[in-house]
Amino acid sequence: MTLDPGQFVLLMPEIFVLTMACVILVVDLFLSKKERVISYWLTQITVVIAAVLTIAVSNGETELLFFGTFIADPMAAALKVFIYIVVGLAFLYSRHYLALRGLFKGEFYVLGLFAMLGTMVLVSAHSLLTVYLGLELLSLSLYALVAFNRDTYSCSEAAMKYFVLGALSSGMLLYGMSILYGLTGTLDIDLMGQILAQQETHVGLVFAVSFIVVGVSFKLGAVPFHMWLPDVYQGAPTPVTLYISSASKIAAFAMVMRLLVESVGSLQPQWEGMLIVLAVLSLAIGNVVAIAQTNLKRMLAYSTISHIGFLLLGVLSGTQAGYAAAMFYVITYALMAAGAFGMIILLSRAGFEADEISDFKGLNQRNSWFALMMLILMFSMAGVPPTVGFYAKLSVLQAVINVDMVWLAAVAVFFAVIGAFYYIRLVKVMYFDDAEDKEPLEPHFDLRFGLTANGLAVLLLGLFPGSLMALCHQVMS
Amino acid sequence: MTEMPILSFVIWLPIVGGLLVLADSQRENSNPRPLALAFAMVTFLVSLLLYSGFDTTTAEMQFQEKGSWISAFNVYYHLGVDGISVPLIILTTFTTVLVVLAGWEVIKNKPAQYLAAFLIMEGLMNGVFAALDAVLFYVFWEGMLIPMFLIIGIWGGPQRVYATIKFFLYTFLGSVFMLVALIYMYTQSGSFAILDFHVLKLGLTEQILIFLAFLLAFAVKVPMWPVHTWLPDAHVEAPTGGSVVLAAIMLKIGGYGFLRFSLPITPDASSHLDWLIILMSLVAVVYIGFVALVQQDMKKLIAYSSIAHMGFVTLGFFLVFTLMENNGSTAGAQMGIEGGMVQMVSHGFISAALFLCVGVLYDRMHSRQIADYGGVVNTMPVFGGLMVFFAMANSGLPGTSGFVGEFLVVLASFKANVWFAFLAATTLILGAAYSLWLVKRVVFGDIGNHNVAKLQDINNRELVILGSLAFVVLLFGIWPAPLVEVMQASIENLVAHVAISKL
Repeated sequence: MTLDPGQFVLLMPEIFVLTMACVILVVDLFLSKKERVISYWLTQITVVIAAVLTIAVSNGETELLFFGTFIADPMAAALKVFIYIVVGLAFLYSRHYLALRGLFKGEFYVLGLFAMLGTMVLVSAHSLLTVYLGLELLSLSLYALVAFNRDTYSCSEAAMKYFVLGALSSGMLLYGMSILYGLTGTLDIDLMGQILAQQETHVGLVFAVSFIVVGVSFKLGAVPFHMWLPDVYQGAPTPVTLYISSASKIAAFAMVMRLLVESVGSLQPQWEGMLIVLAVLSLAIGNVVAIAQTNLKRMLAYSTISHIGFLLLGVLSGTQAGYAAAMFYVITYALMAAGAFGMIILLSRAGFEADEISDFKGLNQRNSWFALMMLILMFSMAGVPPTVGFYAKLSVLQAVINVDMVWLAAVAVFFAVIGAFYYIRLVKVMYFDDAEDKEPLEPHFDLRFGLTANGLAVLLLGLFPGSLMALCHQVMS
Repeated sequence: MTEMPILSFVIWLPIVGGLLVLADSQRENSNPRPLALAFAMVTFLVSLLLYSGFDTTTAEMQFQEKGSWISAFNVYYHLGVDGISVPLIILTTFTTVLVVLAGWEVIKNKPAQYLAAFLIMEGLMNGVFAALDAVLFYVFWEGMLIPMFLIIGIWGGPQRVYATIKFFLYTFLGSVFMLVALIYMYTQSGSFAILDFHVLKLGLTEQILIFLAFLLAFAVKVPMWPVHTWLPDAHVEAPTGGSVVLAAIMLKIGGYGFLRFSLPITPDASSHLDWLIILMSLVAVVYIGFVALVQQDMKKLIAYSSIAHMGFVTLGFFLVFTLMENNGSTAGAQMGIEGGMVQMVSHGFISAALFLCVGVLYDRMHSRQIADYGGVVNTMPVFGGLMVFFAMANSGLPGTSGFVGEFLVVLASFKANVWFAFLAATTLILGAAYSLWLVKRVVFGDIGNHNVAKLQDINNRELVILGSLAFVVLLFGIWPAPLVEVMQASIENLVAHVAISKL
């Protein structure tokens, strides 16, 4: 086996991001505090060029690189592009937030780029080792990012929790992977899938699958493996929370696809049952507990858990349509989450986080445009048309009903109604309550631009969801 | 298809108008009212083209528009109207004009957002009546909740937050199960077209489950006893315009749903479970009628009377199976549905008028309590006369549109079962009792207190609003033919359709 140099072309986005991350790390050393904005712009340019490269090198075909450890397929390309978008938004929203808190450092962007590289590797992983490599690159960068405001107690606590539980879940995942390797003798995902398809299901395989499911559920934050999520969401700096809830969820979805669907897909009847339990529990606990929250970041954390429940519904149906629905769901969810956390950043000032629900009181009086944007985001998360969140739920429900699990769809919509309560409560706070905070809201241009685009995207995708949905179906077939 | 897309106009014109009103309000010293009125008027005039161009001889969908929307799910932007939806669309556009006028001076808090919300509502409601694709229908149906949620929550009374959240969650809960049913039928038929659902073969168990899912959605909207409890809260707390739109149109959407979805899609389940609907309707008519009698709050009284009147509508719709059984044929079976439809339109006018009357009083006195009034006719003679007229219409006085619908439904129920007729006819007593007693306590008698003594009679704007409503109530009361003609062919077709079992 020889290495064809042409393979490096398809790897250009990853190589470029890695190089730029290193370059920015070095360049940043020579910048004074005033010139630090150069690091920021270099980072944003990196993200944009990575997007251009990804689109340029993807040819709509599936190619295996480097002895089958890396895959370039349409799904990977599509997911990467959306990762770039949400990462770009995360960086955009973070700039002034960090500057106001004395955290505007090059490390933030370098770590952010490394985390993005981790998601890219994960999305394109075609061997259990590559999966693990991408996952750890992503996780380690995120641990550091969560602790970025290291002098505050809550950040350090969140990072500690995230790290310990994350390490535990990685251990579980590795354990499952090692059993799979022992049973099949290969790390290659396709090959493993073929071998498993010919094997009788036996208890060892189910054992391995259970560990994989546990590991994946930890990363996604599905109940009962969700304990870390609310604490980390609340404790981390808001831009980092945004990152975790958007980009890393897209990557986690890719991990589900690669591990559960492509490698142990023949055990779908086994993991379907596990995912049903996880999904129903996530929907129930996420939606019900979110009602009790007074902190918006925590509420959104529980709402993430419930959205993960919906995502799992799409996956567990085990059909192309179901995977496409789950992909549509995760992409639109990432957009909505980016917008919602962006709004928290928009309202925050130096020394004031604006992460309590009561901080949104009377937003309509203070700034009706951004109140409208948040209204769109909240109704979208609740799944009310004409926002994109409705179509995400519609396509997942359709996939579930298609495999004759109407009861599961009924359970899901029932909890969606409970979920609607806390989303509209935020709308109530913004529109019906009087503003306590009389401070005028004058966000910077880039925040204004980003959030407007973000909110309108959620609305416009709701009016014309056809093309994104077609894309998801196309890359899954 | 080369003609003007009238249906798209009546949907999107008010929505665009609403957005323009919002955008215009960013200017200093902008007055959103004339702009909003202009859009409402133009939409009303355009919607009249639906009537003038309507072919009453066919039950086919007319003014159809179709374009691909979400190809992955076979979802189309498909619009079309028949004799059932045309009167309701015109009712919507007409009512919106009145609502815009009614809020002219009264709404001082964020008038642009208020008017924009109503214009957007109008477009969405027209969309519900015109959609022929289930997803499109659902988008309009649910989208409606957002502006209504804001209207009650921002411009409502003291308990508005409780009322609006209750309203939202109730209706949301009702409709999500309908969504599951719609998707289920998509997986069976491969299409989201409502007309394809009409001819989709379904087993009895499936039909019953789908029927129940629909029932939950539509019964909450109508609202039928026992899921009616959101309505009095929402009505009482909503601003006048909100109450008018709720009573005149949103309730009709539930009734429309029964005709467009429940009956034609699940005829066998409807025939199996028609006793349930008839029972719920009769409870609404009798029990809610008594409840209305004891109300202290004028708006609550009218809200309960709305529930009772809508009970008549659903009663009329679901008598069709008993009638067919008794007659042995479909001939004459459409009387109940026809009565229900006329009742819907007429109730749209009358309840709107009554809520506007309460609004007129509330604007002057800031009280809705009956006890705070008395002898209003002495200081407001013109208004007093109009209010008495509408109360009479509400109790079904011959010569008003209220009579036509009630008479047809009572007649149909008499043919179906004497006991149904007996219970339904109690409304003639109860309706008269609560309407007239309301009028007696508010309008007639000696001047109740010094606040009433200071009241000014209605101005020209209010006279135009109430006068035009009085005109249509009289018009359809004396000459209901234009209304009945429009719906005749469609209802006959509907009855013929439900007569054929899908099993």
